[in-house]
Amino acid sequence: MSTKSEAPRDALIDVRHIHTRFGAAIVHDDVSLTIDKGEVFAIAGGNGSGKSVLMREMILLQQPSAGDIYIFGQNIKTMDEANVLALRRRCGVLFQHGALFSSLTVAENVAVPLREHTALSAALIHELALLKIASTGFPMASVTKYPNELSGGMRRRAALARALALDPELLFLDEPTSGLDPISAAAFDELTQQLRDWFRLTVVIITHDLDSLWRIADRVAVLGNGTVLGIGTMRELSLSNDPLIHEYFYGPRGRAAREQAWSRR
Amino acid sequence: MNGPEPAQPEIKHRSAWISFAGDGTLCCGGIWTLQHAADLERQILSLPKPPAGRISCDVGAIEAMDTGGAWLLQRTLNRFEQSGCSILLNGLSADFATLMQTVARGWSQAEQLEPLPHPGWLARLGQFAFTRGADLLKALSFIGETASAFYSLVTPAHRIRWRVLLYNLQVDGLNALPIIGLLSFLMGIVIAYQGSEQLKTFGANIFIVDLVGISLLREIAPLLTAILVAGRSGSAYAAQIGSMRVTEELDALRALGIPPLSLLVIPRAFALVLALPLLTVFADAVGVFGGMLIALSQLGITFNEFLSRFEYAIVLRHYLIGISKTPVFAAIIALVGCYQGFQVSGSVDSVGRHTTISVVQAIFLVIVTDAFFSILFSWWGV
Repeated sequence: MSTKSEAPRDALIDVRHIHTRFGAAIVHDDVSLTIDKGEVFAIAGGNGSGKSVLMREMILLQQPSAGDIYIFGQNIKTMDEANVLALRRRCGVLFQHGALFSSLTVAENVAVPLREHTALSAALIHELALLKIASTGFPMASVTKYPNELSGGMRRRAALARALALDPELLFLDEPTSGLDPISAAAFDELTQQLRDWFRLTVVIITHDLDSLWRIADRVAVLGNGTVLGIGTMRELSLSNDPLIHEYFYGPRGRAAREQAWSRR
Repeated sequence: MNGPEPAQPEIKHRSAWISFAGDGTLCCGGIWTLQHAADLERQILSLPKPPAGRISCDVGAIEAMDTGGAWLLQRTLNRFEQSGCSILLNGLSADFATLMQTVARGWSQAEQLEPLPHPGWLARLGQFAFTRGADLLKALSFIGETASAFYSLVTPAHRIRWRVLLYNLQVDGLNALPIIGLLSFLMGIVIAYQGSEQLKTFGANIFIVDLVGISLLREIAPLLTAILVAGRSGSAYAAQIGSMRVTEELDALRALGIPPLSLLVIPRAFALVLALPLLTVFADAVGVFGGMLIALSQLGITFNEFLSRFEYAIVLRHYLIGISKTPVFAAIIALVGCYQGFQVSGSVDSVGRHTTISVVQAIFLVIVTDAFFSILFSWWGV
């Protein structure tokens, strides 16, 4: 099965021959991919293709049934507690629905990881939290609001600020634009790119938003039937012969997004 | 360490440092990341007051920087500038310069944030009174709505939802039998035990029957059952309806043309009004049985003696008075629980808060009502 050789140097994440089963249901049947430093890597695929499960395995919330995942060159299966904690500090995660703590204000939410993992003074933590919130374009006047008083787009930005709180090198976004209107979604895409440049991030996006894929993804892996159907830039994938990928790109919505992307470039 | 020599020998061992060199240059170096930020913050705090005029700041020895470090540096420079220095940055690499700019840009937005106005005591008092008043009105309107929903049950357009009613009867009535049985049994034992010690000294053994019978039937069993049900079912009502509010299920019901009151509140209230008297009868019986056991073991009163005295001493009205209070208790518990469920405001947090409030309020109101009944019955002389 998996080879025991070291991960290539520039691969930040190396997923090798992952198998995942829930009872009789097979989610992943030999999934392998590598994600390079500094790229925006998208994982696409239909509903139930195991995108989110793959992300949960990468952020150590779930164990694959078989196979190895290397992050920053370390095998996450054989990591001890201290290393796992160190790894978690280097990764920021934006959950699909934000997962903001509902009993805390936005500013307090962003301060949580700083309070937990640094010994900074309360004033400095507050300033850093505000900085992170400002960098996500969240309206500053609303930082004292509670999550249930926010709109979906604002909640997403606040959650992004919390994911960025500890200056992660690796940012995971789980369907960041789902449920956003096209303008907010486009703005979020732009924000993702901007943050990548500002904070020199590597970004892993789970999405099936074709517009986002065209706009910001450097490379895309399409999951389906439990395996990686194709991997490459959007342009490469759109020329793929795989029927499922073809359906994905040349279905009515895919065509519109592709034409738009073509005309813009 | 590969960078240039730090300015002062005693800070050489640090992984990040900031200090004034002998010639008045501010030297920064090392790894300016969040990991070392706490240490840096302490160093910055202990920096001497900067001399007025020009300061040159040498940051060429900084090896790594993230936004945390960039902000610490920016913040220090800002403070120095505010205290009247002008600062010349030397050796800032292009990468770190972008980071510093990003941070400065972010701060210019964050800075505009005005601190929340802190209301004075009069404003707080007014707000408190206003919210309490509004709460009262909301509770009144809820009672009104429920009453009108009850009324509409008698019109043929609406029907009683038997399934929900029976389900709640099972969950809140039948399933509560073991815990209520056990506790009232223990209560009977406790009362009989304490009473028997006292009665023995007077040789008035047989009056244990009056003691156990009247106190249990008239007060303790109804109250105990109501309090248990408030903790068991009232809280569940608040949590269920509150969660449905958070997940927008209440809105879905309204949108589907199902009035939430008639589906969620009426059957629950009905079920509890039926279940609580029955539970109380059960508690009466089990409690008295507990008393009988103690009477036998401590005072030598056989079951036959106990029961024949019971028939004679305990007038039926004690039992009826006890039972007659319970439908009122049940209505209070169900309405308070459901009302608090509807008051949940969309966050997970408030589900917990309103669940707690529902239990406390229900028990409070039950005891107040019980006291009220006691006064009423003594006026009537029963």
